[in-house]
Amino acid sequence: MLNTSPALEFKSSTFFAPILILYTNDLTAIEQTLHEKISLAPEFFKDSPLIIDLRELNKQNLSLDFSQIIQLLRRVSFFPVGIRGGNENQNQQARALFIPIDTVREQGSTLMIGAEAAKQETAPQPAAQPEAATPKEPVRAVPVPPVSAAATLVTQPIRSGQRIYASGDLIILSQVSAGAEIMAEGNIHVYNTLRGRALAGVHGNTAARIFCFDLQAELISIAGDYKTSEDLNKQTYRHPVQIYLQNHALIIKEIA
Amino acid sequence: MARIIVVTSGKGGVGKTTTSAAIAMGLAKRGHKTAVIDFDVGLRNLDLILGCERRVVYDFINVINGEASLNQALIRDKNCNLLYILPASQTRDKDALTQEGVGKVLDELSKDFEYIVCDSPAGIEKGANLALYFADDAFVVTNPEISSVRDSDRMLGILSSKSRRAERNEEPIKEYLLLTRYDPDRVKLGEMLSLEDVQEILSLDLLGIIPESKSVLSASNAGMPVILDEKSEAGQAYADVVARYLGEKLPHRFIDGKQGFLRRLFGGRK
Repeated sequence: MLNTSPALEFKSSTFFAPILILYTNDLTAIEQTLHEKISLAPEFFKDSPLIIDLRELNKQNLSLDFSQIIQLLRRVSFFPVGIRGGNENQNQQARALFIPIDTVREQGSTLMIGAEAAKQETAPQPAAQPEAATPKEPVRAVPVPPVSAAATLVTQPIRSGQRIYASGDLIILSQVSAGAEIMAEGNIHVYNTLRGRALAGVHGNTAARIFCFDLQAELISIAGDYKTSEDLNKQTYRHPVQIYLQNHALIIKEIA
Repeated sequence: MARIIVVTSGKGGVGKTTTSAAIAMGLAKRGHKTAVIDFDVGLRNLDLILGCERRVVYDFINVINGEASLNQALIRDKNCNLLYILPASQTRDKDALTQEGVGKVLDELSKDFEYIVCDSPAGIEKGANLALYFADDAFVVTNPEISSVRDSDRMLGILSSKSRRAERNEEPIKEYLLLTRYDPDRVKLGEMLSLEDVQEILSLDLLGIIPESKSVLSASNAGMPVILDEKSEAGQAYADVVARYLGEKLPHRFIDGKQGFLRRLFGGRK
């Protein structure tokens, strides 16, 4: 019998996981802060995959019992799925525990940018995470994918039917035509007329903003909350504006 | 090396073939050896506009497939001996065009022509993409109405991203706006987009405005490019376009239209 369906298939895909940046090797402090964090959003963290970032720790030359931190994380219902920024010894321990090692971005400054993004993220909502502002907390979980790429600059006009995607901020100096689509994981700046669709914070960054010189957009969206041109206020139409998210509502404000 | 011009628009019926015939004739009349190629395989029209339909033996696809030489397929125009036409095949479709084949034909033409005008089919499919792929300059033909402007904008996006110049990271294709079928009276009545409206949306260099004119249809039916009708406004407008393309500085005409009787009586807005 001829069996046409294959037994398996490989496909490429991208997943997002929080990164846990350790600033101390004090296990008690780590556990306590983790519990506090989890209590803020138990559903969000429950059974969440987690990547452990050891660069800050290794900068301070702090040694860490790797198997103990893994046990601790599993105990509070995380699934550690990788480490990065580990030294030779830590990588070996990780391998022994069947935890993959990310070596690709070890030298980049992505980590610090990620931390900055996390700060940005929490800044407009101090009520939700009251202790997030304290500077010397030993553990910081990053609940959103960090904005890791530098800004993308486009000087050509974006014509109808064209799509631009930026993994960081997107800066456009020319017009964006009706029927064009511009997307960014970070902020969008259009120093000209915006007639097409603009989607900022496409991976859920609710702190992302859209800025444009002349708002005539077909659609604007931040982190999935959108408005079509029909819903746009006549007062801000054809004006220079900034657009941001406040309590799941898109605020369009004229820039004087 | 020849300069390759694509005449394109996205939308159909805006005047691409009329424009191709007119500017190819205009360039040849000014002493530049010019070839004009019909890329609209399956919907051959350019030969009709140029009045050479009864002399078509071999076509563009025959040359691409090696069934005929370029010299066998090229038709010399009866009004101007510096103008040659490479007709499209009427019995085939756009799939018969290949990038390699088109490239070879253009390379060969480049050796002894100064200008090659590629008359693009409507749409954004293979025929249109291949017509623009090798271009150095693009004449974007637009009518003063929103769907045509939107389609032209789309075409401009393709010009800047899918051409050979874009792929090789060379200097981008030079894009020119040609506003055709412009009727100043209807613009004044608000029935048609104005030149300013179109330019605001497309932000493009204006090469010329071709006024709506009865002479275009009669010239097409007679198989005479309208540029040869020097009395008609459209013919003069195309002559201006060719002159501007070749670097002459001429003021734009046909924007305001003729002064009507009432307007003359009471004075116009300006």
